[in-house]
Amino acid sequence: MRITRIVALAAAATLTLGGLAACGESNDGGAAAAGIVNKASKDKKLVIGVKADQPGLGLQTGATYEGFDIEIAKIIAKGLGVEPGGIEWKTTVSLNREPFIQQGQVDLVVATYTINDERKQKVNFAGPYYVAGQDLLVAAASTVTGPEALSGKRVCSATNSTPAKRIKTDYKQIQLVEFDSYSKCINALTGKTVEAVTTDDIILAGYAAQEQYAGKFKVVGKTFSSEPYGIGLKKDDKAGCEKINEILKTAATDGSYKAAWDTSLGKSGKAAPTLDTSKLTNCG
Amino acid sequence: MSATSTMLYDHPGPRARIRNRLLTVGFSLLTAALLWYVYVQFDEKGQWAPALWKPFLKSATWIDFILPGLWGTISAAAVAMVLALAFGVIFSVGRLSAHAAVSVPAGVVVEFCRAVPLLLMIFFLSYGVPFITGAPFPAFWAVVIGLTLYNGSVLAEAFRAGIRAVPAGQSEAGYALGLRKSQVMTHILVPQAARSMLPVIVSQLVVLLKDTALGYIIAYPELLQQGVNVLSANYGNVMQAAIVVAAIYIAINSVLTWFAGWLDRRTTRTGRTTVRIAPVQDLGTAAA
Amino acid sequence: MDIFSQPDVQQAVLTGFAWILKLTGASGVLALVLGVLLAGMRVSPVPVLRGIGTTWVNTFRNTPLTLVVFFCYFGLYTTLSVELSSDLDLNVFWLGVLGLSAYTAAFVCEAIRSGINTVPPGQAEAARAIGLTFGQTLRLVILPQAGRAVVAPLGSILIALTKNATIVGTIGLAESANAMKQLINDNGNVVIPIFLVFAGIFVALLVPTGYLFNWLGNRLAVRR
Repeated sequence: MRITRIVALAAAATLTLGGLAACGESNDGGAAAAGIVNKASKDKKLVIGVKADQPGLGLQTGATYEGFDIEIAKIIAKGLGVEPGGIEWKTTVSLNREPFIQQGQVDLVVATYTINDERKQKVNFAGPYYVAGQDLLVAAASTVTGPEALSGKRVCSATNSTPAKRIKTDYKQIQLVEFDSYSKCINALTGKTVEAVTTDDIILAGYAAQEQYAGKFKVVGKTFSSEPYGIGLKKDDKAGCEKINEILKTAATDGSYKAAWDTSLGKSGKAAPTLDTSKLTNCG
Repeated sequence: MSATSTMLYDHPGPRARIRNRLLTVGFSLLTAALLWYVYVQFDEKGQWAPALWKPFLKSATWIDFILPGLWGTISAAAVAMVLALAFGVIFSVGRLSAHAAVSVPAGVVVEFCRAVPLLLMIFFLSYGVPFITGAPFPAFWAVVIGLTLYNGSVLAEAFRAGIRAVPAGQSEAGYALGLRKSQVMTHILVPQAARSMLPVIVSQLVVLLKDTALGYIIAYPELLQQGVNVLSANYGNVMQAAIVVAAIYIAINSVLTWFAGWLDRRTTRTGRTTVRIAPVQDLGTAAA
Repeated sequence: MDIFSQPDVQQAVLTGFAWILKLTGASGVLALVLGVLLAGMRVSPVPVLRGIGTTWVNTFRNTPLTLVVFFCYFGLYTTLSVELSSDLDLNVFWLGVLGLSAYTAAFVCEAIRSGINTVPPGQAEAARAIGLTFGQTLRLVILPQAGRAVVAPLGSILIALTKNATIVGTIGLAESANAMKQLINDNGNVVIPIFLVFAGIFVALLVPTGYLFNWLGNRLAVRR
């Protein structure tokens, strides 16, 4: 019955593995306390939801993350009294940002997160810290000037995303190709099976600025929507939201906002925008 | 090669040898031509560009993306396998129970879990359940529980077939000795069935391991998510990343498949088992 | 449940499941043909054919379907420029069918091969003794008997195929899983009814299919 013993050993090993994995997981979740301001000053720790696959904005580059969203998140954490070492980055995708905030899996979300009324029903927004706009990424030699010029052509965007929905409703003559990540759209653009990729201009700029795409693509530069990027937090955390807006106001004047841009998207050569603090949300 | 298939044809005579040689040459050329075509087309689209492949020579790529992803895959698969085994045993025995109050609900659960695509199940666990419980549902457990319910229900059906394939004389002998129904099940039927189920269980592990790939829809950091989506966002090499990741899956699963075959041959060789069941992996139960 | 009284929601659900059924139908037929051919190759006297069959099975059976479908789109279409239809959705559909068929055929092949093993060796020996060639032995003697033994496993494969069809959503087809994601995204407060409706349709489609194939399998089984 040697075989029985081998199987028993294997089962024991698997159980140990499982136990370890379970331990690794158990301190997730349950993060958000009453308010973000209290939590930050008490624990000196924050869990921040960011994108992992958006170059220039939120990109996991190995053990760490980098991009404009990451820099903004660091500014806010610092304003709340949390050092970069106290930040736990958590990868979010577009679809799970509201649930993550509502369920307390993250304290804040800084992940190309457009402020809109539908989302305001579920979460609170501070910011905006940047106003993006839907734009097109095309081959460097392309003569396309805007979505009107793409009638009957194929344009790629992320499945169920806001840009994809806008194409479906406002530009019905465009053939929309949908994938679950923009990396796949970029691959399709490289392979010339789509004419353009559409989403917010700074996301596109992030891709265009990547080393391997240098000189291959260009952002058309004519936005056809307005996407104010906000910082998501729990709906009832009005105090936290107001505090974050305060931090953003300071950042706009003391040069840290510009520094955040310059170390990330600024590398593409685009000048830093000015943060219009008069447009900040009322944290309703 | 099984005994039967070598009996399907005679030792080739002179004409058959010529024909076989022609077929060999023909198909070899065809395969080579196909591979050449793929190579040339990839070359034309610049997919062999060193910049796209070089990241895989850097240790950081492996340490920061692929190995953590692999760990995510293997840990989820390991926990899910243990749970799926428990689920399978409990529900197969439950479904064979003489009490309708036990067998009917067990049957309903198994049939439901077998019919709902894993993609929908994981999605629901991750986004739907928190609305009922009001508590977050970690991605790891959404993947593990989804895999458990699905693979557990498949195993439950396989176990049930295994238990039923134990010759009736065995349980009759048990009853004749005065054992109760539960004793016959635990002491006689399950041990004999379990022995013949070993290869099936290992094969199901292959299915389970592949299915963890669906975790990427809820951003669970497994091999596909880390290796293809996140890694390629850094280097713009989604195609190359997918090829490397596929190779890793194939390597791991080939070892597991070989292990299943080895177990199968081993259990057969001892000549003690009379129970033989068609391996479950052949039922194409994979959902990913 | 009122969201399911909206016509556009009903339309999304219907379109989603229509794609699933079409994918299953087309891939089911292709996979069966391909699977039988592969099984024939794997038991044939020509080593190269056996090699191709084995490689095929080992490759596709051990790769996640998500990746297989990915390669169909980004490998065959984007890189190799294999375009199967000028219509956007139909092109994705047929690329998806290719992926599903190639993947499922590996399982069909293995099911048939184990079916062949249930045919007693005497049958093949008798066929050879009366002078049948390999092709004739397989076609006239072995496969018809093996076929009866593989009805139930093929039923399981069909069920798996139907569920697997949801994976084609990852290359942009608006099938049921994508429709469900979209609905959950838009109506976060009624997640549970949405899931139950989609799961319910799958159960309604697949549980009877399972019973049908089991019944057929039992009826056709060769008693030995």
